[in-house]
Amino acid sequence: MPIAESDVRWVDVPKLNLLEQLYVPAVLSGLVTTGRHFVRTITGKDVTTQFPEERPKLPANYRGVHRLNRDEQGRVKCVACYMCSTACPAHCIDIVAAPSPWPDREKYPETFVIDELRCIYCGMCEQACPVDAIELTTLFDLTGLSREEMMFDKEKLLSVFDETVRAGTDPVRTKSGRLSVASELAQPGGLPDSSTGTMS
Amino acid sequence: MHYLYDTEHFWWTIITVAVIMGVLQGTCAYLILLERKVAAWVQDRIGPNRVGPFGLLQPIADGVKFLLKEDIVPSHVDKVFFLIAPAIAIGTATLAFAVVPFGPTSEPPQVKWAQSTTEAAQVYTPEVVKEKDEYNDRYQAVIAPHVDIGFLFLFAVSSLAVYGIILGGWSSNDKYSLMGALRSSAQLISYEIPMGLSILGVVILTGSLNLERIIGAQLNHGWNVVYQPLACLLFLTSIFAECNRLPFDLPEAEQELVGGYHTEYSAMKFALFFLGEYTHMITTSFLFVTLFFGGWHLPWVATPESFWVVKLIVFAGKMFLIILFYMLVRWTLPRFRFDQLMGIAWRVLIPLSLANLLVVMVVKEVALTYGWANWAQAVVLFALSVGLIVVTGALALRQRPLAA
Repeated sequence: MPIAESDVRWVDVPKLNLLEQLYVPAVLSGLVTTGRHFVRTITGKDVTTQFPEERPKLPANYRGVHRLNRDEQGRVKCVACYMCSTACPAHCIDIVAAPSPWPDREKYPETFVIDELRCIYCGMCEQACPVDAIELTTLFDLTGLSREEMMFDKEKLLSVFDETVRAGTDPVRTKSGRLSVASELAQPGGLPDSSTGTMS
Repeated sequence: MHYLYDTEHFWWTIITVAVIMGVLQGTCAYLILLERKVAAWVQDRIGPNRVGPFGLLQPIADGVKFLLKEDIVPSHVDKVFFLIAPAIAIGTATLAFAVVPFGPTSEPPQVKWAQSTTEAAQVYTPEVVKEKDEYNDRYQAVIAPHVDIGFLFLFAVSSLAVYGIILGGWSSNDKYSLMGALRSSAQLISYEIPMGLSILGVVILTGSLNLERIIGAQLNHGWNVVYQPLACLLFLTSIFAECNRLPFDLPEAEQELVGGYHTEYSAMKFALFFLGEYTHMITTSFLFVTLFFGGWHLPWVATPESFWVVKLIVFAGKMFLIILFYMLVRWTLPRFRFDQLMGIAWRVLIPLSLANLLVVMVVKEVALTYGWANWAQAVVLFALSVGLIVVTGALALRQRPLAA
């Protein structure tokens, strides 16, 4: 279908005035801009982080390597519900559940292996966990000498927790309770903000 | 009377050549570091700073890398020209430096060369001989002093540098290299014309092509940038094009031609092309300072009676400022399209330099007839140059808007 004449808008190259046609004033103003950046960087206001000496300041919700949290008694918080393993898009979490040795929960993970090389660091496991057992920390510079070394098992993940618990970089929680919803069901007193108060 | 071929001069020249070759290559290497640092600073980041303090050992690391890298000669290239091309590029660039002053110089005496012994007896009077001896006894900071054709030699040799590029592109048997080489050769030969024409005004004002005499003339009546601002601008544009620097670096435009004429080169040959380009930059910076900014002269700081180190430092300082300007312009202006590039050379720079030449001839004739003082000539020339620029802008305004 041919286009109507009224729908066509002719655009022309904008006409330059005398000062612009000389081009030299425009070049000079461009040089002033370049010079401003030059001077600003020389006098120290550059944006470069000198990496091994200066570590970058990472935001609190940075998705780095995982850790398994301990509760205040030092036990692993994870209840082997397989929610993280199911949510993981890369299928990198492998859990073997076992009956828990502690009375306040049914199951606990006998083995908990994350293949850090398959992981895409999306944070779905952290979002899925009902007991805030798995979190992504701000550690990003992990290396390994073999592929087997990079499959972190439960002990390794707990040790990451022990390393980072005092780092002050714990991720932002959506709820300010000690534990997330499902854990608090088992505690005496029930949910802290429960309106019905039927749990007790 | 000393002859110019005696042993003392020979050894001075050999030492100068050796020192200058070393200093030139070293300066090229460190200019590459300076380019990276300046590029970084303009882009709000720091450049290389890991190798040595402030990255000062980076050029040495680069040099070692180029020496030890595998030198690949592809099977599809024309081997003879492939190997010759970088040699021509850097050879002509370094040869062009032979007539460029880099430090303290003095004006050679204005004596005609005697063509026979009888003429010599007439021309070489004791005063003349004394002047010549004084000149010959002084060390001139030029590899080849008293070359009366001065920068004509330089332009001739720079024109030969086009061979390096054409042969490099042609022998690579590669479409990107060929396009780059063709563009580069067209650009280089087009911009040599305004480069030569624009400084004819300086030649007329000085009366000689000899670069030492040009510095000497500027000592007496002020820097040529005051007399010839338009020529200064035209020459500046032309030397950017001659060195293949942005905004005229279409021949090596990485975004379009991969590498242009040096795509197929690796390791040391590539380094030679690079060094040739930076040597061109150094040579043209020295030339620009010599022609328009008084060379080693700085009023009250570096006068003819100053110590030679002061003059050397002033000259080098000015040269580095021009090189800094080269680098800042690289990160300011976008690249010209090839037809715009040729259009600028043939339709803007050449007519303007011819007009400038006409203006200088007329003003000089009038000044000589009526005995004007130097400052009067300076004022009139400056005003007429600025007037020429404005008239050109006004003429460009009258063009059809789609003429780009």
